Amino acid sequence: MEMAAQLTQLKQEALDRIQAATNTKELNDVRVAYLGKKGPITDLLKGMGKLPAEERPKMGALVNEVRGEVQEVLEARMVELEEKAVEAQLAQETIDVTLPGRTIKVGNAHPLTRVTEEIENLFIGMGYEVVEGPEVEKDYYNFEALNLPKGHPARDMQDTFYISEEILMRTHTSPVQARTMEEKKGSSIRIICPGKVFRRDNDDATHSHQFNQIEGLVIGENIRMSDLKGTLDVFAKKMFGDEREIRLRPSYFPFTEPSVEMDISCFKCGGSGCNVCKNTGWIEILGAGMVHPNVLEMAGYDPKKVTGFAFGMGQERIAMLRYGVEDIRDFYTNDVRFLEQFQRAED
Amino acid sequence: MYVSLKWLAKYVDISGFEPAELAEKITRAGIEVDGIIDLSAGLKKLMVGEVKEKEKHPEADKLNICQVDFGEEEYSQIVCGAPNVAVGQKVIVARPGAHLPGGKIKKAKLRGQVSNGMICSLQELGIEGKVVPKAYAEGIYVLPSDTPVGSDAVEVLGLDDVVLELGLTPNRSDAMSMLGVAYEVAAILDREIHLPEIKYEATTKKAADVLNVRVEALEQNPLYAAKVVENVKVAESPLWLQQALMAVGVRPLNNVVDITNYILMEYGQPLHAFDYDALKTGEIVVRLATEGESIKTLDGKDRTLKASNLVITNGEEPVAVAGVMGGFDSEVTDKTTTVVIESAYFEGLSVRYTSKDLGLRSDASARFEKGIDPNRVLPAAERAAQLMAEIAGGTVLEGTVLVDELDKTPARVAVSPDFINSRLGMKISLNEMVSILKRLRFDVETANGLLIVDAPTRRQDIKIEEDIVEEIARMYGYDEIPKTIPVAETSVGGLTPYQEKRRVTRHYLEGSGLFQALTYSLTSDELAQKYALQTEETTRLMMPMSEAHSTLRQSLLPHLIEAAVHNVSRQIPLVALYEIGSVFLGKGEDGLPNEEEHLSIVMTGKWLDHAWQGEHKQVDFFVLKGVIEGLLEKLGLSARIQYVASKQEGMHPGRTASIVLDGEVVGFFGQLHPKEQKTLGLKETYVAELNFKQLAGAEVEPLVCQPIPRFPSISRDIALVVDRTLEAGTIEAIIREAGGTLLKSVHVFDLYEGANMPEGKKSLAFTLTYFNPEKTLTDEEVVAVHDQVMAALKEQANVEVR
Repeated sequence: MEMAAQLTQLKQEALDRIQAATNTKELNDVRVAYLGKKGPITDLLKGMGKLPAEERPKMGALVNEVRGEVQEVLEARMVELEEKAVEAQLAQETIDVTLPGRTIKVGNAHPLTRVTEEIENLFIGMGYEVVEGPEVEKDYYNFEALNLPKGHPARDMQDTFYISEEILMRTHTSPVQARTMEEKKGSSIRIICPGKVFRRDNDDATHSHQFNQIEGLVIGENIRMSDLKGTLDVFAKKMFGDEREIRLRPSYFPFTEPSVEMDISCFKCGGSGCNVCKNTGWIEILGAGMVHPNVLEMAGYDPKKVTGFAFGMGQERIAMLRYGVEDIRDFYTNDVRFLEQFQRAED
Repeated sequence: MYVSLKWLAKYVDISGFEPAELAEKITRAGIEVDGIIDLSAGLKKLMVGEVKEKEKHPEADKLNICQVDFGEEEYSQIVCGAPNVAVGQKVIVARPGAHLPGGKIKKAKLRGQVSNGMICSLQELGIEGKVVPKAYAEGIYVLPSDTPVGSDAVEVLGLDDVVLELGLTPNRSDAMSMLGVAYEVAAILDREIHLPEIKYEATTKKAADVLNVRVEALEQNPLYAAKVVENVKVAESPLWLQQALMAVGVRPLNNVVDITNYILMEYGQPLHAFDYDALKTGEIVVRLATEGESIKTLDGKDRTLKASNLVITNGEEPVAVAGVMGGFDSEVTDKTTTVVIESAYFEGLSVRYTSKDLGLRSDASARFEKGIDPNRVLPAAERAAQLMAEIAGGTVLEGTVLVDELDKTPARVAVSPDFINSRLGMKISLNEMVSILKRLRFDVETANGLLIVDAPTRRQDIKIEEDIVEEIARMYGYDEIPKTIPVAETSVGGLTPYQEKRRVTRHYLEGSGLFQALTYSLTSDELAQKYALQTEETTRLMMPMSEAHSTLRQSLLPHLIEAAVHNVSRQIPLVALYEIGSVFLGKGEDGLPNEEEHLSIVMTGKWLDHAWQGEHKQVDFFVLKGVIEGLLEKLGLSARIQYVASKQEGMHPGRTASIVLDGEVVGFFGQLHPKEQKTLGLKETYVAELNFKQLAGAEVEPLVCQPIPRFPSISRDIALVVDRTLEAGTIEAIIREAGGTLLKSVHVFDLYEGANMPEGKKSLAFTLTYFNPEKTLTDEEVVAVHDQVMAALKEQANVEVR
């Protein structure tokens, strides 16, 4: 057969086989078979020597053309088959993305710690130190140094667990203030004091013989009641939202004079009245006041020269209001189904 | 304290203010109104009727069929079940269409008999049973015979009234009286106050001729006044008086006692009425009791007195516990004709302690112990005499039998306006201040730029300048105080290193899957020292509320384990809890127990439960140990810690380790003893109790960053056959010792104790990593040190290299 015809036939054969190949391996076989060193096209090139010299260039060009064309089609087919192979592979690797992930078990802080630390952080930002004191206290620091001498009727406000005549379970965190004032004799003070406190109560949905308080104390020259109000306003807005308003109501604590209670506008209804604020629009949050001169004096401060304010609140109450906890005992039962609800962040 | 607005209106004009509005004003000025009670709530169309006929119900023993006159053409038939219903009574009737708190009244048939409504008891009108007069407690209420039939019963009963419930703080004892509240309201509303006018005619017979009074304990009783009223007719009080008392929560008894209670409420001055004849001696001697002396009080109880208790005697024996409660034998009864009215000033502390000693609190003691108004003792006695004459038909003997050593001068406070303004951070004018103090009925003058204030004696709480600051501020309005921030040298604030470490610990443990628990510091005697790391003398409450919370804990574990039991019994698959809290050990120099913070952990259940990919793991010793190791790494203490197998009461004897820091035991952890687990209903449970104070309190080296390694490290694995009892820690220590500075780390990567092992042996495999921060290690160097390690192991631990 004439060489040109042979070439055309070879080309057609090669193209058919390229088309027929279903995977890269078959296609590689085609490459080797037709374009390899031992393939028919190479053979044809080798046989060109037998041709007359004037035909060789023409023939050479033709061979190269065929070769090039086969090569090109083969490469294209190769890309196509490779893609198919990858697709097939990926299809095979497909997983059910809705199956559950391998959980990373993470615990979380107790809700009362959450509240405590939030308050601590807020006041640390305003330059307060965190000071703690003992849960078992002397009558002196718990009462007497706070202007509550023995026999004072206001002692009835705090039913006390006594250990002996002079030693008791502290009924509030205020003794930490008395201790700190005694220690820092004369110098100014900015502290926040969290801790556990105890009262003679039967545990029920709204009473607990143990609960938490956090108190603040600022002592310095020319500390005014307006400073107390301003500080509490910052606190209320940071803790309960920028839209919160505060109001002070006169009250009574033996260790402050004047004494106030602070309400915030209800964070649930905004003041229009709801079950959280018992339709008053206001929620009682804390007690506060200007440190009583007797308290300053007993701790070695001169009430003519320095003044101060103090405030105190209960974390349980705040947590109950904020998170809608209905039974105070839930904080002490440590049921995991309760605790784990305090995992996530809040705005 | 309950305040009837009808009653209050006798002294101060409160018109123009709705009860809620008035309550809000009172609250904002300093006395919290806890409740507003509308006495007519739920009452509608109640009518006064007269029972004209009564006959037994043919079908029911306890029912009567009554014909009741309402002033209409015909009588109305009403079936009544009250035992005390009788012909001629004026009664309260709820006719069909009327409303009671229990619901709307309809015409009904009772056992076949038509009943046009019901005749009412006071309880059915919503009045609390405990204030209903005893005579009517079990039946219908009977109105005075002159009450017109057909009139509105709510009006007749004075139930068209609203009562404010005040939540009084202990300083405001002045508001424990209607007059005190009237002064407060007059100041708030800036209105006049009208005091009761005291006017009566006394006979010429002198009280002092029939009664002698002597006070032997002037310190406790500086003022004692007695008035004598003869010809008293003890009877039921007039309706207005009964109503006034019931409205403020007092049960009417008889006119004499009701008068004393009325004045107690009106003036805040406790009074006591004695039956003069029952006193027997015509004498009153006030003295301290003799130890062990006894008296039967009004409530019929015999009480033994202490020598510190003040008593009123008839010169021979006690007839009343001063300021607390009267005596049974000298009580006013139906037969009483001559009454001695006692109005006295008993010193607060004395009454307080006596009331505590006897476990007896009364309306009187509550007022005395907070301090009554010295200037109201005598007016109250006169007011009582007046009412005895007016209401009980009594003849008041002339004069008052009196012992009076009481200082009644008001407290004087001098304060400058600047002082007030600088305390408040405000600029209130002097005039404004004076005007506020005048509204409060304080005597005020200005001199040398100072306000000279004489606080009325009813306000026992006003003593110092700051008290005046508060009065001005609360009347001026706390809303007017500006908001400022303290101006002082800025302080940095923050946490102590210990407090920081506590937070680090918290975050680490929570990140490790543990929830923070919070349990009680008070526990039972039995649990106080259970699982304690260290026990010392325990601290116990004098009067615990319950045995379960009687003693301070020395370990956090008992309560934490209780929490685990709680959760496990509720099918919680994994319980992983920790708590940081105080334990209370022995007694320090200051007499207080030593408080140390401990960290406890309890873990039980499915630690890893990724079921569909087949990953499961129960909590075991090494899960807990891993948590602890991580914590000690966080606290920078790892290198100083040793774990030593140990025995601990309540713990598994072969699965418990002590944690040793710098040679000192600072905690233990391991498995609960299987016996304990069984008792508690727990499966394998692992616990830890660590002395957190020591861990977080231990000083650590400053954190200095090491350069990132520039040279490669070389690892060698070795597998050793060793005695089964030889601890991995011992082998590791030998390896570390022999490996010197080039040995960077040692890790156990395999433990085999199964088949094919010689008896009493196990196989332990370690990866040793060598590293020189200065240069690339050569093979020769590694071989040299590794050979040393192997030699040391053979020599010291008798190992066989596999």
